[in-house]
Amino acid sequence: MFNTALTLSDLVFLAKGAGMTLLVTAISVSLGTILGIIFGIFRFQVGPVWAAPVTFLLDVFRSIPLLIQLVLANAFFGMVLKLNLTGLAVACGVLTLYTAAYCAEIVRGAVEAVPTTTRRAARSLGMTWLQDMTHIVLPLATRVALPSWIGLALGVMKDSALVYIVQVTELLKSTQILITRLQEPLLLLMLCGAFYFIISFPIARLGGYLERRLSND
Amino acid sequence: MFGYTFQWGQAVKWLPQMLEGAWVTMEIAILSMLIGIAVAILFTSFRQTKSRILNGIVTTWVEIARNTPALFQIYMAHFGIASFGIHFSPFVSLLIGITFNNVGYLTENFRGAMKAIPDTQTRAARSLGLSAPQAFAFVVMPQMLRIAFLPASNQMVWAILMTSLGVTVGMNSDLYGVTQDLNSVTFRTFELFAIAAVIFYVITKTIQIGARLLAARLFRY
Amino acid sequence: MIEIINVRKSFGPLEVLKGINLTVKKGEVLTVIGGSGSGKSTLLTCINGLEKIDSGKILVDGTEVHAKSTDLNKLRRKLGIVFQQWNAFPHLTVLENVMLAPRKVLGQSRSDAEAMAVDQLSHVGLGDKLNVYPSRLSGGQQQRMAIARALAMSPDYMLFDEVTSALDPQLVGEVLDTLRMLASEGMTMICVTHEMKFAREVSDRVAFFHKGVVAEIAVPEDIFSHPKDPDLQKFLSATH
Repeated sequence: MFNTALTLSDLVFLAKGAGMTLLVTAISVSLGTILGIIFGIFRFQVGPVWAAPVTFLLDVFRSIPLLIQLVLANAFFGMVLKLNLTGLAVACGVLTLYTAAYCAEIVRGAVEAVPTTTRRAARSLGMTWLQDMTHIVLPLATRVALPSWIGLALGVMKDSALVYIVQVTELLKSTQILITRLQEPLLLLMLCGAFYFIISFPIARLGGYLERRLSND
Repeated sequence: MFGYTFQWGQAVKWLPQMLEGAWVTMEIAILSMLIGIAVAILFTSFRQTKSRILNGIVTTWVEIARNTPALFQIYMAHFGIASFGIHFSPFVSLLIGITFNNVGYLTENFRGAMKAIPDTQTRAARSLGLSAPQAFAFVVMPQMLRIAFLPASNQMVWAILMTSLGVTVGMNSDLYGVTQDLNSVTFRTFELFAIAAVIFYVITKTIQIGARLLAARLFRY
Repeated sequence: MIEIINVRKSFGPLEVLKGINLTVKKGEVLTVIGGSGSGKSTLLTCINGLEKIDSGKILVDGTEVHAKSTDLNKLRRKLGIVFQQWNAFPHLTVLENVMLAPRKVLGQSRSDAEAMAVDQLSHVGLGDKLNVYPSRLSGGQQQRMAIARALAMSPDYMLFDEVTSALDPQLVGEVLDTLRMLASEGMTMICVTHEMKFAREVSDRVAFFHKGVVAEIAVPEDIFSHPKDPDLQKFLSATH
């Protein structure tokens, strides 16, 4: 169908880019989620006043372009601190905090959605704060948070397309390199888009399904 | 403490130029939202029809917009369309890319808002003799607006943030583009982008707070 | 005059109206009683064309409701309807709720519509609630507002679909008083209701619906004191 100069080694090159996209996403989402849970519970636990500095800091990550966050982090570590960090480390570091900022919001909302009466009941049975958290709050809050968290993870995967700016060759950057060389933008972009779509679409559907199921009962 | 001397004074000199860039950023975001809302309303009405073609167009658009990176969409608008011999300026490509993304998310937003208005509202309006378009315009739509308003203001914030991607298709008059150009002359990367970050922060916060205040005024019921 | 001639209506496999024949004359108050699922409410939404019918005819002043050539929006101006769920428009004040249709459908000027709306709202006892939003009203007040909203179109007929069923018991009285007032003013009304005492008091005739047909129709005295239909006898003893 297509008359293309695309070779097998080009496809391998693209696949490597896709692998990098998945790697950056996996690292950032896992670390960011752990941090996000900690920040989220912290914010809920100490109340809005004491949490204000954390709230403000996390909000910054949601209020300025990711591209600028990456450039700033890179400049800060490279030019200011003169540390020799790899692009991958900077990319994962920034995306982790970016994920944590959104995740903390989701976690706080989900924990707040657990009725106080349920928690009182747990504590009345003699459970400690930690037991209440692990046996009552976490299972209930997870149900509420899961659909949004899936959306967040997919969002981070899509946003990871920006880490090219710190010299990480992920999928979209690999595509662009090939476009420059082969001058076949449409085919290459469609391949690249299809990859994101094939991963994102079914998982997003699953998220939507979970959300509907949870809101029904 | 650092082996790097910050030169804020020098960087601040460039502020007027950056603020001009910020204005272009606002223009693109506002335009992309206005067009995006118009198309999303059109798409919402398409979804009310039983036409497979119309519904197919909407679904395809919405799913691609939501399941691929915004940067990909902007590339597509610039390099993808260019392979059909149509060459857009960076400004137009960026506007198309962001608008495409906006339409996807806004259409979903409107669909949710639509579902939240009970059928009985339309029935009541029709019983009073209002035609279907009148019932939609005077009864359903104003109520939808309330539900869709804050999510739409979030999309506006996204649109602002997405303008930074224009640099990848050669855009250099928006805030990010101006900053990048200044950086290539002065190499004060940290200072310049820190100032840009503050400007972006002020813009997004203003939108968020403005939207809250406006919502409180508009929707008093 | 509303004429209902051999009307049938199904929802999927379920036939809710199995050949209804009824006539309501100008100035008459007809109440419709019967168990739930007997098709009473469906009939009202068929009369104003919100529901289609499978066969038969409904004529309002000689105009066939379900004929293709009928302008339903025009026809509905003659037919006020109030539902069990009052369906206040939450984004409009009480006054604006009542003004909407006269303005948009009848094309009245703002001042005319407002004067009319104030009249109707005062009539149902809401003269002091003009500028509040419906969410601030009790169920009974919202239901009276819905009545005023329908009356503002100066309809020739009013259809009431179990208008007190969703109300707290202590609020039922104020709404029934409004209906009594309308009946005494000579409004032509069809009331689907569960309030037997009310039906007995205000009706010129009472129709008992059972399993999709009019099982018995007569003056209230006959229906309540000398019911003939065995199902009606059972129904009445169950409601007392």
